Amino acid sequence: MNRLAIPKTYKLYIGGKFPRSESGRVYEVRSHQGDFLANAAKGSRKDARDAVVAARGALGGWAGATAYNRGQVLYRIAELLEGRRVQFVDEIMGCEGVNAAVANAQVDEAIDRWVWYAGWADKYVQVAGNANPVSGPFFNLSVPEPTGVVAIIAPQGNESLLGLVSAIAPALVAGNTVVVVANENAPLSAISLGEVLATSDVPGGVVNIVTGSPAEIAPWLASHADVNALDLVGAGELDWVELQISAADTLKRVLPPESGEDAAAPALSRILAFTELKTVWHTKALL
Amino acid sequence: MTSSPLATYQPDQRALALIGGEATDANLRRYLHGIPGIDAVGLEARAADLGTRSIKTSSKRWAIDTIIGLIDLTTLEGSDTPGKVRSLVAKALVPDPNDPGCPRVAAVCVYGDMVGDAVAALGSAHAAGGTEGVNVAAVATAFPSGRAALAIKLADVRDAVAAGADEIDMVIDRGAFLAGRFGQVYDEIVAVKDACRRVDGSLAHLKVILETGELNTYDNVRRASWLAILAGGDFIKTSTGKVAPAATLPVTLSMLEVVRDWHRLTGVRIGVKPAGGIRTSKDAIKYLVTVGETVGEEWLTPHLFRFGASSLLNDVLLQRQKMTTGHYSGPDYVTID
Repeated sequence: MNRLAIPKTYKLYIGGKFPRSESGRVYEVRSHQGDFLANAAKGSRKDARDAVVAARGALGGWAGATAYNRGQVLYRIAELLEGRRVQFVDEIMGCEGVNAAVANAQVDEAIDRWVWYAGWADKYVQVAGNANPVSGPFFNLSVPEPTGVVAIIAPQGNESLLGLVSAIAPALVAGNTVVVVANENAPLSAISLGEVLATSDVPGGVVNIVTGSPAEIAPWLASHADVNALDLVGAGELDWVELQISAADTLKRVLPPESGEDAAAPALSRILAFTELKTVWHTKALL
Repeated sequence: MTSSPLATYQPDQRALALIGGEATDANLRRYLHGIPGIDAVGLEARAADLGTRSIKTSSKRWAIDTIIGLIDLTTLEGSDTPGKVRSLVAKALVPDPNDPGCPRVAAVCVYGDMVGDAVAALGSAHAAGGTEGVNVAAVATAFPSGRAALAIKLADVRDAVAAGADEIDMVIDRGAFLAGRFGQVYDEIVAVKDACRRVDGSLAHLKVILETGELNTYDNVRRASWLAILAGGDFIKTSTGKVAPAATLPVTLSMLEVVRDWHRLTGVRIGVKPAGGIRTSKDAIKYLVTVGETVGEEWLTPHLFRFGASSLLNDVLLQRQKMTTGHYSGPDYVTID
């Protein structure tokens, strides 16, 4: 006998809470074969605005945490992802129409990538920073610091979980806070990742996940004066040149869209893309 | 209603006629306790309902500019310096340097000893009670606690008025009010009003702070409002901003109802100033709606309604920039204060 199915209506993840979209809208998430899977919130520009406020509020604490602490917190997320593996595999199979082996491989890859980035938290400064030689009795030190609030358009293709992880993890490593617009057709991994983050040690507001239409939300994030950087990795299908132009009005750092097999491949450069180099002079002791 | 005989009385006689005798504890208690009680549930429901109005586009634009023109831009910290007062004044005069069309605020509100600095910083933009420019409001009477001898409170007021304050924000003695010594509270307000007299005989505008967060019940707020108005306050103000809860919509609504009733009774318009805790333009717009629906739109002028606020202005400016530029603005685009 069939049990009665309970269709879910998911919400957004903003500021450590799960609010409904301000607009009250939802849209249907369908499987690869077109079967109904769940309702997801269709975020609006005001949800994006609220997410930016939450991200800005969380920035001081996250950027100010020690690198070691940030690394620990990120490792912990990988642990929780591992614990929820079955759910992620189910959702990936449902949304993307792949078999269990492929879905498992994607979850493996996502967890590995998360661990890889977590490891960089207390190391990237040593690699990217420098003690510069100067002609005088001074220490001249360059250190990378987080850019601030990073708005991300998550990859919209297959591999919804891996794409999302590849986009948000590098931004988090340096201490940025993130507003991410999820994969529109396959938002379930993003929603579940939000549930993982809510039960992890990541402070509320560090990661904010808005589901809905990137075409609708992205222009508001690109022009938002309180967003410091824009990762257009998943914006290939949008009018992303226009997004770059409006981002330039407030001097945002912008990463262009990527596509293909190795889109958003793990790299130190993705971490450094959202850092600012600070150089300080300090006198050397004369004794 | 303005044809009531009360309208023809002198202000002090009017109060006595209403109270039915001298302003003694007993007479005031009889009068104030004779005022019908407040339906707290109904009041909160009404306030919540007024807060649900959706104000958009051109109405919102109007509301935002109106709010700016009604703000008493405030700094009341122990750490206030002349420099901080000067920067506050600069912001009061030009809230948004990127937009010369942005209106000025109504007044700056400072401690009494900072009045001289504020007046000097305003220079020719000092409205001095007029409508052009910015007024200077001073908190006085041992703000915020009000725990000092009457002579000290009055000296505090005289100092501020002599230094050029156009408006005095006094606190009532909440201890005396809660202990039932209404006569003492009444007499203090009358005495402070008298101390607001300038050398030329004109009076500085008197705002009476009820500190509603310490009055515990809506009934007490209503009684204190009547008491302050009877004693001659030009404005009734919710809070000092130093006590939580500060201004709330239901409390302000109940004070507006008293002001409305007083206008019906005497034809005199009393001002209302919610202060403290109003931080977003969304909140401030709710207050505008409440004023419009309770006493009428003619109250939405700086002479009859003010917001006591410091951080509100920045949020309003962000909203204003959003409406002007079409994209969201951020805290980097307004001053830090």
